[in-house]
Amino acid sequence: MQEMTSSLVRAFELLISLDPVLYGIIFLSLQVSGLAVIAAAALGVPAGAGLALVRFPGREAVVSLLNTFMGLPPVVVGLVVYLILSRSGPMGFLGFLYSPTAMIAAQTVLAFPIVAALTHAGIASVDPIVKDAIRSLGATTSQAARLIVSEARYAILAAVIAGYGRAAAEVGAVLMVGGNVEGYTRVMTTAIALETSRGDFELALALGIVLLFLSLVVNLALRAVQKRGALLR
Amino acid sequence: MTLSLSAAGLTKVYDGRAVVDGLDFAFQRGKVHAVIGPNGSGKSTLLRLLSLLDPPTRGTVLLHDGEDPVEANTSVRRRMAFVFQRPSLFNTTVLKNVETGLAIRGCPKRERSDLARAALRQVEMEKLGERNGRTLSGGESQRVALARALVVEPEILFLDEPTANLDPHSVRIIGKAIEKLRDGGRTTILLVTHNMFLAQRLADRVVFLFDGRIAEEGEASAVIERPQDERTFRFLTGELAG
Repeated sequence: MQEMTSSLVRAFELLISLDPVLYGIIFLSLQVSGLAVIAAAALGVPAGAGLALVRFPGREAVVSLLNTFMGLPPVVVGLVVYLILSRSGPMGFLGFLYSPTAMIAAQTVLAFPIVAALTHAGIASVDPIVKDAIRSLGATTSQAARLIVSEARYAILAAVIAGYGRAAAEVGAVLMVGGNVEGYTRVMTTAIALETSRGDFELALALGIVLLFLSLVVNLALRAVQKRGALLR
Repeated sequence: MTLSLSAAGLTKVYDGRAVVDGLDFAFQRGKVHAVIGPNGSGKSTLLRLLSLLDPPTRGTVLLHDGEDPVEANTSVRRRMAFVFQRPSLFNTTVLKNVETGLAIRGCPKRERSDLARAALRQVEMEKLGERNGRTLSGGESQRVALARALVVEPEILFLDEPTANLDPHSVRIIGKAIEKLRDGGRTTILLVTHNMFLAQRLADRVVFLFDGRIAEEGEASAVIERPQDERTFRFLTGELAG
C-alpha cells in the first residue's frame, strides 16, 4: 500500500514537472491514435454511408461481417498486420514494421469496422419520413444521399469518437507491430505494460492517469454528441 | 404548361390486398380536392402514388394532358410538394428546412433566405427561423413543413392530414395559407383530411374513397351536405366503420 502511495505521488510529480519522457510518450500516442482515427474515418464513414444508402446483393452479409469485426481481437490484427509488413510479407519492402506507421495501420484496422458499422447504423436509422420528405422535395440521388448523411451527422461523429476510443486503448496489436522502441514507438499503453512488468510503477501510473483522463474526455464528448443527437430527434 | 393530374387504372397491392383498386380519375387543375374516407380506405396510399413517392402495382399517373405517362423523375417531382401527416422536419434550423427545396433547385443563397423568410411569414413562423426544427411543437412543425412545401411554388400540392392532432391556432393558420393558395388558382391541391369543417371551407371538390375506390365525387358542399352514396352518408354521420 505504501509503495502504491509513493508511486502515485511520484506519478503526479512526473506529470507536474512536465517530464520529457512522459510527455514524449503521450504526444506520440496522441499522434498515432489521431492519425489512425483520421484514416479510419476517411475510409469508414464513406464505407458505412455507402452500405446504408446503396442497395446491392450481399449487403446484409457485409453488414454482419462489419459488426463481427467490431469485436476483432487486437492480437489477431497485430498478427495479420505483422505478417503483411514483415520482411517476407507482401508489403515488407516498405520497411514499416516496428515504426509508428505500422502502429497507425494496426489501429486503423481496429477502428475502421467500428466507424463503418456505427456510421451505417446511424444513417440507416434516419426516419423514413425524413427520407420521403427529401425525395418529395425533388432531390436527385446524390442530393438525397448528402441530405440523409447530414441528418445522421451526430451519429457519425459519435462513430468516429468511438473509433478513437478503440484505437487509443489498444495495446496488443501496437506492441506486436511497433515493437515498443523507446522514444520511437513507445506509446502510453505499451509503456504501461512494460513499466509494470519491470516493477517500475511511477511512470506506469502517471501514464495510466493520463490515459484514464483521455478516456474520460472521449466519453464526455461522446455523451455530449449523443445527447445533442437525441434532443434533435 | 401546368401539370395536370389523373390516375388511370391506378392500383397498389399490399400483402395481396388492393389498397388502391383500379382508380380512374382526373383531378381538376387549380382546384382543391378534399380526399375523405374511413381509415384504411387508401387515402394516404393514393397520395403517395400520385406524388410519385411509391410506384403503383398497376396503372399509371398521368401528369400531362394527352401525353404518355411520365417516369417518376426528379424534374417532375420538383413541380410538386408534399406535407406529411407526421413531423418530417430536418435536423437543422427552421430557416434551413424551408430553404432545402430551393437549394435542391439550385436557387442562389441570398434569394433562398428571402423566399424562405417570406414563406415562414405566411405560416406565422418567421420569429422561429433560427430554432432547430426538431425542437418545435407539433403545430409549429407542421406549419414549417407547409412553408417548406409552399416556398417551391408547386403546381400540385399534396397534404396528408396536415392538421391532424394540431391545436386550433395552427389549424387556423394552415387553413388560411391553403385558402390563399386556392384563391391564387394556380395550384392543384389534394387534401386528405378527417376534418369536415376544413374540407367544406377549403375544398372545391370532395372525393370520397372507400376500399380503394372512389365511391362518390362532386362539388364539396354538395357531397358533404347532400351525399348521394349511402356509404358517404353513413361515413359523414359517423356510422360507417373503416
